[in-house]
Amino acid sequence: MRIDQTFAALKGAGRTALIPFITAGDPSAAATVAIMHALVQGGADVIELGVPFSDPMADGPVIQRSSERALARGTGLRDVLAMTAEFRKTNAATPVVFMGYANPIEAMGQERFVEAARDAGVDGVLVVDYPPEEAGGFSALLTANGLAPIFLLSPTTPETRIAAVAKLARGYVYYVSLKGVTGAANLDATDVAERLAAIRRHIAIPVGVGFGIRDGASARAIGNVADAVVIGSALVQTIADAGPDRAAAAAGAWLQAIRTALDAH
Amino acid sequence: MQMQPPTILPAPYDLPDAAGHFGPYGGVFVAETLIQALDQLREEYALYQHDPEFIAEFERELKHFVGRPSPVYHARRWSEQLGGAQIYFKREDLNHTGAHKINNCIGQALLANRLGKKRVIAETGAGMHGVAAATVAARYGMECVVYMGSEDIKRQVQNVFRMKLLGATVVPVESGSKTLKDALNEAMRDWVTNVDSTFYIIGTVAGPHPYPMLVRDFQSVIGRECLVQMPEIAGRQPDAVLACVGGGSNAMGIFYPYIPYPDVRLIGVEAAGEGIATGRHAASLSAGRPGVLHGNRTYLLQNEDGQIIETHSISAGLDYPGVGPEHAFLKDSSRAEYVSITDDEALAAFHKCCRLEGIIPALESSHALAHAAKIAPALPRDKLLLVNLSGRGDKDMHTVAERSGIRF
Repeated sequence: MRIDQTFAALKGAGRTALIPFITAGDPSAAATVAIMHALVQGGADVIELGVPFSDPMADGPVIQRSSERALARGTGLRDVLAMTAEFRKTNAATPVVFMGYANPIEAMGQERFVEAARDAGVDGVLVVDYPPEEAGGFSALLTANGLAPIFLLSPTTPETRIAAVAKLARGYVYYVSLKGVTGAANLDATDVAERLAAIRRHIAIPVGVGFGIRDGASARAIGNVADAVVIGSALVQTIADAGPDRAAAAAGAWLQAIRTALDAH
Repeated sequence: MQMQPPTILPAPYDLPDAAGHFGPYGGVFVAETLIQALDQLREEYALYQHDPEFIAEFERELKHFVGRPSPVYHARRWSEQLGGAQIYFKREDLNHTGAHKINNCIGQALLANRLGKKRVIAETGAGMHGVAAATVAARYGMECVVYMGSEDIKRQVQNVFRMKLLGATVVPVESGSKTLKDALNEAMRDWVTNVDSTFYIIGTVAGPHPYPMLVRDFQSVIGRECLVQMPEIAGRQPDAVLACVGGGSNAMGIFYPYIPYPDVRLIGVEAAGEGIATGRHAASLSAGRPGVLHGNRTYLLQNEDGQIIETHSISAGLDYPGVGPEHAFLKDSSRAEYVSITDDEALAAFHKCCRLEGIIPALESSHALAHAAKIAPALPRDKLLLVNLSGRGDKDMHTVAERSGIRF
């Protein structure tokens, strides 16, 4: 599958994966597909596509407002699937991972969603409020359909739980580098390195790190220890600041700078 | 996974299971960062829930600080006028701070103390839970931050001032619909950021496990007292117990001890707002579908895409798009029935209660009163209806005055 192939190729080249997150439908559906292509141009290895939800409990103000804008335009899960299918028409290589909350999936029905996601060309799904305890059936559905269940690990996750996550997780795991919501500050790279060592004792698949990475310097610091760097709020803000017409160009250029910093080590 | 509605009530009733599930409802649907804190809370609660010293302290606080037991009262004049079943009130409105909310806050504050947490946070809609949380924080010397939607702050100026008097910081929430659900989101965000230092005092029987269970347990003092008081005052247990349901904590508090009594009907009354058909209501059980929000699976008011929709009720305390997962289970298993009452019906009952009984009820509780008044006339005079009068109406003076075209 695409995620495994991507990480294998990066490993061969000695590079760290760069995973940008954007909110689907902000500023518009058409812009989202254009932004996705621009991000690939700018050096994205995997794209995390945020599915807007009315109650984004784990997100900070930047992604909250972005979700609200996308919802105001009527963006729903079906639309995000359609955007992915559109993206796939001209890009067969770059993995797309959905990131969002449980209820839109529950409303569509887990089975229907997984089949639709598979058909649209989605590669992995991260549901913030499906911890492993509640995700057994859903993870099995994803895996059976060739999609990767992506899980979060946090600074508060004890090692016994990491082992439980390892059983369900495919593709990569996403280490939330700090206690807090998306877009928060205060990231400690030394602390992250120690935690990653503990995680790798239990988890064989690549480990991405996100929350609190906002620029070339923080990306590079984390890139030195992680398999992948996830960057969201700062990019979403860049897109918002650029306005609808310049969103794709601004996103691509912004990510390019991160890519350059990341590859400089 | 297709959800099969459970139809069988376990006997003896022993829900939730170890994972916090009530049939397909409940559970722990939160981001990873909170799992550890919830595990810790569950373990601590398991330790203290049967600890004689903890129970004794809880009961001492309920007696001397809250003023329990609250009386059961025969609403004789109103029953007489209705000409049918006899209506009794469980007087939670007489509690310190004016509603049932304080029972739960005491319990959770005692847990917070034992966990060594010096900072508590809470969400609030009408402000009653916020006031109760601020009250216990003052009582036990803890820092208190209350999240409240900016729309609710406008509607409940007095309660905001009460919280501030009690030393709490009230943080206006500007996201989403700027009401209770958004306050809950914001409190969750605070908790995920300050999880080491902070205890989250959830105000209702919703949220991730173990909250629905422990809030129910702390509130069930209401029903336990009724089990003793009803035979004393009325000669026997009631034929039906009625309570309003927003998140559902006062209802679970009075229902739970009555679950093993099959002859006692349990009736939850939701807010039909301007009418279910108008879409402007807050009746999650009557008009919603199961989904996942705020850490649990339950009935939710949502659109086709699974986005949570805005609710409406004259009473801010019922203005919530979800409901406690145990109510979802009790509905599907038919152990409890759920009905709804409109703004206008609740207001009419509010005025009746003021004039006929000399009690100004909260608009939330007025929904339960309205349903009792609706069904009483058709019932024989020896039938007994017990209504949880969950709070007093002082906080609602502005809303009622405005509706009547009166300006202070």
